[in-house]
Amino acid sequence: MTDPILRVNNLKVTFPNHRVFENLNFSLHKGEFLSVVGENGVGKTTLIRTILQQLKPAAGNVQFFPNRKAVTFGYVPQFRNIDEEYPLSIRDFISLNLSGIKLPWLSRKERQQVDQIIAQTNLQKIQNRPLGMASGGEKQKAYLAQALVEQPNLLILDESTASLDNVMKYELLDLVKHFNQVTQLSVIFVTHDLPLAQKYADNFLLLRPTSFKYGPISELSEADVKEVSDV
Amino acid sequence: MFSLEFMRNAFVASTFIAIISGIIGVFVSARNMSFLTHTLSEIGFSGAAFGVFMSWPPLNGMLLFTMVSSVIVGQLSVKQARREASISAISSLFLGLGILFLSLSNKNASYATNILFGSIIGINHTNVIQVIELSALVLIIIAFVYRDLKFDSFDAIGAQVKGLWTNALSIIFLVLLALSVSVAAQIVGSLLIFVLLTLPAASAKYFVHTVSGMMVVAILMALVGVWGGLCLGYITNWPVSFFIASIECLFYFAALGYNRLRQ
Ligand SMILES: Nc1ncnc2c1ncn2[C@@H]1O[C@H](COP(=O)(O)OP(=O)(O)OP(=O)(O)O)[C@@H](O)[C@H]1O
Ligand SMILES: [Mg+2]
Repeated sequence: MTDPILRVNNLKVTFPNHRVFENLNFSLHKGEFLSVVGENGVGKTTLIRTILQQLKPAAGNVQFFPNRKAVTFGYVPQFRNIDEEYPLSIRDFISLNLSGIKLPWLSRKERQQVDQIIAQTNLQKIQNRPLGMASGGEKQKAYLAQALVEQPNLLILDESTASLDNVMKYELLDLVKHFNQVTQLSVIFVTHDLPLAQKYADNFLLLRPTSFKYGPISELSEADVKEVSDV
Repeated sequence: MFSLEFMRNAFVASTFIAIISGIIGVFVSARNMSFLTHTLSEIGFSGAAFGVFMSWPPLNGMLLFTMVSSVIVGQLSVKQARREASISAISSLFLGLGILFLSLSNKNASYATNILFGSIIGINHTNVIQVIELSALVLIIIAFVYRDLKFDSFDAIGAQVKGLWTNALSIIFLVLLALSVSVAAQIVGSLLIFVLLTLPAASAKYFVHTVSGMMVVAILMALVGVWGGLCLGYITNWPVSFFIASIECLFYFAALGYNRLRQ
C-alpha cells in the first residue's frame, strides 16, 4: 500500500448523555476508496464531522500525514438546502468554492479550473442552467464538481447516492472512481447501499452500535450485508 | 427639471442609492432576509425620530439605531421561528418609540410623513455628499468580503464546511444592510426601503443566473425606478415614492409572469 493520509486512533465521540462510538481505529491511504456503512443513527455522519474537525473527540485522535496542512478536503454533505427557486447556475454554484484568492472576480486560472471540472463531470451542456431546476442526479454531480474544483486530496461523500436511481448512481460513482484512480484522490464514501460499496470500494468500515468491523471489501460477509440492508 | 438644484441633488443621491440597493439586495434575497430588512427600516424610522428629538440630522439617528440593532439581531442565536417573533416584537417596540420621540420633539406631522415616506425637496448638497460617502463605504467593504459573502449567502452549508468565518460575516452583512437602509431611506422614506432593497433583486433572479448578472439587473431595475419616479414626480407633482414603488412592483410581477410562462 501507499502512504497513509489519515489515521484514526482509539477515537471516541460523545454527545451529552450519548456515546456514539469509542475505540475506533482505521486508516486511509493515498488513492484508497473506503466505504463507511452502518444502519441509521449509528454515527457515520458524526465520524465524518470529527474527521473534518467540526466536532472534538472525547478521546483519541485523527492524525493526518505528512501533516494536517497537506490534506485538503472536498466534502459533499448529506443535506443541502437547495430548493426549486435556487437561482444560481450550476457553473456559478461550482465557482463558489474557489476561495483561495479573495478578489471579487475570478482570475483566468480559476476560470480554467471551473471549465476543467465541468468538462470532467460532463456538465458542459447544463452549466448555465439554474441549479434549482436541475434533476437530483445533476445536483449531485454539481455538488461533486464544487467539492473537487480546488483539487483536494481527500473526497468525502455522505449518502450522495441515496436519492438517485440505479443508472444515475453508477454514473456518479464511475466519475468518483475515475478521479480516485487517475489522480490518486482518496475517497470516503458513506452509504447504505452495500452492492455499491462492494463494486467500488477497496476497504470498508462497518459501524455498529457498540463495535465496528474494518477490512478489505472482499471480507464484507453475507451476514454483514444482511445486517445493514435489513434496516 | 435639472435647473432646480434639489432635483439635481435628488438624481445624484438616488443613483447611488440604486446601486447599493441592487448589490445589497442580491444578498438580502439569497440570505432570505427580506423580513429583517423591513424591520430595520422601522427601526430606522425610530432612529430618525430620535435624531429629530435630539436635534441631530435624522440620518445620524437612523444610522445609530439601525447599526446597534443589527448587531444585536446578529447575536440573537435563537431558532428561526422564535427569531421571527422576536424580530416582530422588536420592530413594534421601535415603531412605538419613534412615535413617542416625534411627539416629544414638538415637530409637526409633515416631519413624520417626510421620514416615513421620503422627501426629495429636503435633499441638499451636504446630504448628497453623505449619501455618496456611505455608499462608497458599503462598496469598499463589499469588495473586501465579496468572495466569502457570496459563498456564505448562496451556499451556507458549503461555506461552513469550508470553515469560513460565517458568524463574523453575517454580522458584517447586517451592518452593511443597516448602512444601506439608512442611505436608501433618504429618498424613498423608511417605510418603502423594502421596495428598493428587496424587489429588484427578487425580480432579477428570474432573468439571470449569476451573482454578478443579478447585481447588474437589480441595479438597472432600481435605477429605472428611482429615475422614473423622480421624473414622473416632477411632472405630476405626486409623491416620488409612489412612482418608485409602482415601478418596482411592476418589474416584480412581470418577473413572476415571465417565470410562469417559461415553465
Ligand atoms: N449535534 C448532535 N447532538 C446530539 N446528538 C446528536 C447530534 N448529531 C447526531 N447526534 C446523534 O448521534 C447519533 C449518530 O448520528 P449520525 O448523524 O452520525 O448518524 P448516521 O449514521 O449518519 O445516520 P444516517 O444514516 O441516518 O445519516 C444519532 O443517535 C444522533 O441522534
Ligand atoms: Mg448521516
